[in-house]
Amino acid sequence: MHSFGYGANALFTFSVTALAFICAIASLSDNFSNQNPSTEIQILNINRFKKQSYENDEVSLTLDITADLQSLFTWNTKQVFAFVAAEYETPKNSLNQVSLWDAIIPDKEHAKFRIQTSNKYRFIDQGHNLRGKEFNLTLHWHVMPKTGKMFADKIVMPGYSLPDAYK
Amino acid sequence: MIVTSSLIIWKALICVTGSESPVVVVLSESMEPGFQRGDILFLHMSKDPIRAGEIVVFNIDGRDIPIVHRVIKVHERKNTGEVDVLTKGDNNPGDDRLLYAKGQVWLHRHHIMGRSVGFLPYVGWVTIIMTEKPIIKYILIGALGLLVISSRD
Repeated sequence: MHSFGYGANALFTFSVTALAFICAIASLSDNFSNQNPSTEIQILNINRFKKQSYENDEVSLTLDITADLQSLFTWNTKQVFAFVAAEYETPKNSLNQVSLWDAIIPDKEHAKFRIQTSNKYRFIDQGHNLRGKEFNLTLHWHVMPKTGKMFADKIVMPGYSLPDAYK
Repeated sequence: MIVTSSLIIWKALICVTGSESPVVVVLSESMEPGFQRGDILFLHMSKDPIRAGEIVVFNIDGRDIPIVHRVIKVHERKNTGEVDVLTKGDNNPGDDRLLYAKGQVWLHRHHIMGRSVGFLPYVGWVTIIMTEKPIIKYILIGALGLLVISSRD
């Protein structure tokens, strides 16, 4: 190596390659962690259940959400994004997913929690299919790493249903 | 060395991920703290259906910069498999209807360019600096040119 240019170029290439390798290893290590998150959700109250002025059913409800997502955190975890979605089928739609609540969990300490909340996002159907409708409540989580591959999973809880009549 | 190997990696990424732009740079703070300005996201587009919770990259008619937000609502038609999607930035107070084109209430499959599957922090700052301060781009190219000329062996 006779010139500064060549030396600098070689050093730069090596550092970038080494850094990429370290990031890949960090991401790979996430695959080996042992995870067992748990959750329980209760519907405390149906606050409002009506037809919107021209078309669609809308329901507002209060949820009691308990969850323990601590086992999802590894040294490579930046945050976990958790959300609860109502999932149901209608004659026209094979799947409807409506997010009702979400939270950013920044660290392991905040990952075990219980909250009571009304739905953050409006639960509106495409149509009037919600009376007596059975639906699942699913807790989804999305693990966002400090570097590398993100991964997501969920717990599906079936067996919830809405009242047969508007209120 | 670095330029040719970067080009090879870039082309390989396009093949592997099946997407035209397999990498995007995060430009706004709407997905903080998860994604920050200057991070780069790796995209992947598969034929799998779009589901709530996925982070998707989409284009709005009339805007040239793609947006990277999370899907919060999905309504999928039984017969056609077509899908109505609503998105929201994690750090934004409201959903993206304000960002969609006038009169547009939902996103559809053809708006979506890819899903974000992984990311690297900070690496995208080079692109942001070169776009926002073009003089740096010229200096860099000038310096590279000087290097090429001066190291004729």
